[in-house]
Amino acid sequence: MSTLLEPFAAHYNHWVTIFLMVSGLYIVIAKDNMIKKLVGLSLFQTSVYLLYISPGKILGGTPPILDPRFAVYSNPLPHVLILTAIVVGVATLALGLALVVRINEAFGTIEEDEIFEERGVEE
Amino acid sequence: MKLDLILRVTVKLLLPFMLVFALYVQFHGDFGPGGGFQAGVIAAAMIILYALVFGLEAAKRVVPLALVQFMVPLGVFLYAGVGVAAMVLGGHYLNYSVFASEPAHGQHLGILLVELGVFITVSGTMTAIFYMFAGRGR
Amino acid sequence: MSEGALLLTAAAGGRGLALGAQLPALQVVAPLLGAILCAFLRKGVLAWAIASLVTWAMPVVALALLWQVQTAGAISYAMGGWAPPWGIEYRVDALTAFVLLLVSGAAALMMPFARKSVAGEVDGDKQAWFYTMFLLCLAGLLGITITGDAFNAFVFLEISSLSTYVMIALGRDRRALVAAYQYLIMGTIGATLYVLGVGLLYTLTGTLNLVDLGTRLDAIGMTPPVLAALSFLTVGISLKLALFPLHAWLPGAYAYAPSFVTAFLAATATKVAVYLLVRYLYSVFPLVRMLSEVPLFELLVALSIAGMLGASLVAVFQDNVKRLLAYSSVAQVGYIMLGVGLANEPGLTGALAHLMNHAVTKAALFLAVGAAYYRLCTVRELTTLRLSDLAGLGRQMPVTLGIFTLGGLSIIGVPGTAGFISKWYLALGALEHGWWWVVVAIMASSLIAVVYIGRVIEVAWFRPAATALAEAGRPNAAMYLSMAAFAALTVYLGFATEWSVGLAGRAARMLLELAP
Repeated sequence: MSTLLEPFAAHYNHWVTIFLMVSGLYIVIAKDNMIKKLVGLSLFQTSVYLLYISPGKILGGTPPILDPRFAVYSNPLPHVLILTAIVVGVATLALGLALVVRINEAFGTIEEDEIFEERGVEE
Repeated sequence: MKLDLILRVTVKLLLPFMLVFALYVQFHGDFGPGGGFQAGVIAAAMIILYALVFGLEAAKRVVPLALVQFMVPLGVFLYAGVGVAAMVLGGHYLNYSVFASEPAHGQHLGILLVELGVFITVSGTMTAIFYMFAGRGR
Repeated sequence: MSEGALLLTAAAGGRGLALGAQLPALQVVAPLLGAILCAFLRKGVLAWAIASLVTWAMPVVALALLWQVQTAGAISYAMGGWAPPWGIEYRVDALTAFVLLLVSGAAALMMPFARKSVAGEVDGDKQAWFYTMFLLCLAGLLGITITGDAFNAFVFLEISSLSTYVMIALGRDRRALVAAYQYLIMGTIGATLYVLGVGLLYTLTGTLNLVDLGTRLDAIGMTPPVLAALSFLTVGISLKLALFPLHAWLPGAYAYAPSFVTAFLAATATKVAVYLLVRYLYSVFPLVRMLSEVPLFELLVALSIAGMLGASLVAVFQDNVKRLLAYSSVAQVGYIMLGVGLANEPGLTGALAHLMNHAVTKAALFLAVGAAYYRLCTVRELTTLRLSDLAGLGRQMPVTLGIFTLGGLSIIGVPGTAGFISKWYLALGALEHGWWWVVVAIMASSLIAVVYIGRVIEVAWFRPAATALAEAGRPNAAMYLSMAAFAALTVYLGFATEWSVGLAGRAARMLLELAP
């Protein structure tokens, strides 16, 4: 039993990553509501943050500030990278929501199927 | 909202502490977790909280939209300007070591200025996003 | 402790750099500073002037870099003075210099067109922001090309993408908003898949420097996590470069964006994504070509041919002129990826040369359409340009439609135009594998191109005029200058190939020799 569960338990962070990634992608594909799509997109991006951050933690490691008392430090680079990625994600979300607001003003709906079918967006 | 005395008084009490905390996160970034991104968001959260309780118009009187729109490029300008200054002084782009005779001091000065730029842009952008969404559809 | 001290010494060692050594940073920093200035000024004309000055300086920097690479070999620039592979490295080799020249040159030649065209299609108070976004996008595209750091490339990818979404949304038609939204969703998925792949590689190797990644992956070999990273990267970048069948965002985005934006994106954005994929497939994962159990290159060839034929067929049935050309772009991306998938010297040379040839040709086509749209807008309300709107326009705007016809001939691949040269090399590459059916597919796709280009030409030259045009709405000399420059290049590159095939061949040989 333990050998069966071991790959799940040892890499549980990756399983969470995969779950978030797939569910986010599913929402983007399956939903017609433009806000829900953006929620799914954010979830999808969040999975990447986890993918980077979780291996950066080293068990027993301290914050990476040089000090003669400590020898093991956690890796700071993933945090810096993901800080950048989070900012990119925020910018994307803000721009996406701004577009949805404008679409709502122009079309009177934020349901993608209604825009495509009734207003003939795709010609 | 005018009648909600407890909320108004609590928020007014909270605001200065939020600003101090933002500045702490900003300047303690040298010695512990922190920096311009986080501090900028906290500072913007302060303005947004003020706007939520006292209204958008009141917030725009304290922090006008024009100022916010000026802050967004200003911070990036400071960041890029530090990089160009390093180039002018003969180093690589963003090589802070050339700013002082001792490389470590130069690094310190450089990251301080760059993080200030990040703080200005992030707080400006966050406030601008809030202003744009909150001011729409009235 | 010692490593930190070493890095600081490296940081201090960067004193006294000459201007020539600063060029890699200038290539990206100058448009960034220009964007900031435009955001401060908020005046459309001033912003255009700044954008033009910055954009015209960029090919000069790119040419200087190209010269440095050709005389002294690859350039490495340590951002912030942090020595690679720890710091971010800007790395210029034969391929980078070629793409830098292509992107900056295309942008510079387009700037004269921008003033009137953008003023006609974007509201006055938004024009300064428009040029801010344009310069940010340019900085992002040049940044993706020049950086030697996998994550830095992601950041530049998003800088260019986010500014592109804004520029598309500024189109006059309300459908531009939906197109921008769809591109935002697809583009973000693509970029996130890219960064997932980079994350896996970073976890495996502990480095983000592309050169360093290549060496370390050689030691690891093609293990399953590496293959997973490869597939994430390939799919993610393929979304950005609109490889069939991941091209769904492109026709809408091109059709409803302002004319200038469409021309700029068609000439540069997908090209830079192709560059990034080539960089990964040839410099970072050179092993993958050796492995028979990973049919990646065969898959690329198959998808490319499907795109060449499928997208061309769809283009035949389009009624919206810019949408028609957008589908043609998907087909042309197919040609480029075909060469990438062939993975031999003539094939890769053809693919890289087609980057430049197609950029020049499509820029001429989209600018001509933009000029026609500009003129028609002065006499009646138009949100997009339909085929019927062009009726009889050949007599009324002979120069513009002449340039369109010339560009069309190059898309078809008539000898004497740029398009012929790259198709010739692609066919040579296919024959080297003995794949004669690929040559048949190239010819079939060209024949379909005759049909869709022919439809436009027939309507424009042989139908009676639909609209009486006012003399006042003529495109100005600057717009004609841009169009004529691209048209002249289309012919020039059809005869003198030193700048297209010459540079592309040098880059292709570098990429292929790098592989074991």
